[in-house]
Amino acid sequence: MSKLAIAEQAPVSLDLHKYMRKSRGGKIKTAAMSKSGIAINLTVLILAGLTVYGFLTFDYKNINFAEAVSSTASNAKVLFGSPRLKYNTLPGALSALFTTFSLGALSTIFGAVIAFFGALLCAKNIANPIAANVIKSAVAFIRAVPTILWVLIFTVAAGLGSVAAVAGLTFHSAGYLIKAYAESIEEVDGGAIEALSAVGAGFWQIVFQAIVPSSMSHMTAWTFLRLEINFTTAIAIGAAAGAGGIGFDLYMAGSHYFDLRELGFITYVVVAAVILLEAAATRIKAGIR
Amino acid sequence: MSGEYMEEAARPQNQTSVFVKRKRTFTLASLGVMAVFAISSAVTHYDVIGGFESVPAAIIWIAKNLVPDGRALSRLPNILRKLTETALVSVAVTVCAGICAFFFSLPGTRTTKTKPQIARAVRVVAALFRNVPDVVWAMLLLFSFGQNILTGFFALFFATFGMLTRTFIETIDEVCDACVEALYATGATYLQTVFQGIVPCSMPEIVSWVLYMIETNIRNSTLIGVLTATGIGAMFDLYYKRMDYGSASMVVISIVILVIAIEIISNQIRKVIM
Repeated sequence: MSKLAIAEQAPVSLDLHKYMRKSRGGKIKTAAMSKSGIAINLTVLILAGLTVYGFLTFDYKNINFAEAVSSTASNAKVLFGSPRLKYNTLPGALSALFTTFSLGALSTIFGAVIAFFGALLCAKNIANPIAANVIKSAVAFIRAVPTILWVLIFTVAAGLGSVAAVAGLTFHSAGYLIKAYAESIEEVDGGAIEALSAVGAGFWQIVFQAIVPSSMSHMTAWTFLRLEINFTTAIAIGAAAGAGGIGFDLYMAGSHYFDLRELGFITYVVVAAVILLEAAATRIKAGIR
Repeated sequence: MSGEYMEEAARPQNQTSVFVKRKRTFTLASLGVMAVFAISSAVTHYDVIGGFESVPAAIIWIAKNLVPDGRALSRLPNILRKLTETALVSVAVTVCAGICAFFFSLPGTRTTKTKPQIARAVRVVAALFRNVPDVVWAMLLLFSFGQNILTGFFALFFATFGMLTRTFIETIDEVCDACVEALYATGATYLQTVFQGIVPCSMPEIVSWVLYMIETNIRNSTLIGVLTATGIGAMFDLYYKRMDYGSASMVVISIVILVIAIEIISNQIRKVIM
């Protein structure tokens, strides 16, 4: 007689109530508390606690909250409701927009080239583990410094102008893309790499015949995502570091001329550009796949 | 001879080989990138050689000047106070925006089967909040709130809200489809579906995204801080403009330590919950 048959014949007398967990009210508990459930609850609880603590300790400088909110609402109505240009012309705004896009594109290209070689040096499946750890730590450091600080640092170290903006943006892009590319490379089928090295292919042959073809679509997707991020960051650093482009126009309209309607017009230009860029990126990504 | 013949036979005449195709795509793509590069550097007056030269020069400058000194050490308590404030703002912003975005994203999901017009309206509003740069929000709020902690708070809030709404819509559609359908089949009401179905099954993803946004918001709040003269960003800007590079470097180092610490903690939490 097989074991299974014995088990089937064995008398079953399970007292189900013994195994059911019940709440204090006598209801049957349907969800068991797993380790991940506890971790989630704990995280949510701590975040909520920090939020409440934050709100209690912030220095609000006795601001009249209701008044500020209502005046912001009416300002927003002017900003979005009646845009027009006074200090800029439309061609001027569009050329500034193109400058900002160019800053983003240049830093994405530089970042992607640096990141490609950086990722080859730190992807777990092809790189030397010691070199990989050194590069990964350096990249974590670079990514932790906000882009605006890189730009400000380069402004003093390399002088004002596009060089500082591009260098600052490139630092952060390279850091971000090295991590993303390395993860794409790590997903490449190990069999392909092994097969190529078995037939005596060199490192670069493996890279260009196995790794690049199979991780290309992922890498392109990440690169375009970074292009979008770099474009919006270029707007922000234009405003905060005076790096030129449409961001600087935004800053001038808002903090120099105090002209909400001008600010509104430039905002619409920027939003249209961001949406267009996103649509274009989606189409190019679809074409590659 | 026979090998060549075999290869010809295996491939239909009118189809180009995958290698030729790959080479063609690669050539086209590199030409495109080069064209973008050339146009971009012309538009921005980017000096390519100067750009390459500037990096080593800048690194030497950083190594010489951006080193914390005695004065920086005496400013550490002040810096840490501002840093704590920035960290708390980031957490508070992300949590509040996360809660709002969750409830706002519900009608935008396929899963909850709202009217398509409402779902589309939700997506458009989310896209608006996401695509209006946080710089614009900061400028707008600066008019009424002035140099207040709430200026940065709301500027980050709007941007985070837009970003998280879109992410949550995608996450809920991806993760909760089956379990929501099961709940509907049992006759559960809308609220029951939300709290017994969507909340539990999307919670790990949501927490993971919130942690990611906290990290991002610390970096973004530095930028908003430079712009609106509040928080740790303003502190860096102040020291930097006074050419007190020692203290400025102390600010940078403290931000780096905070961001890396949050990244490590988030990764640990993600490992357990995902």
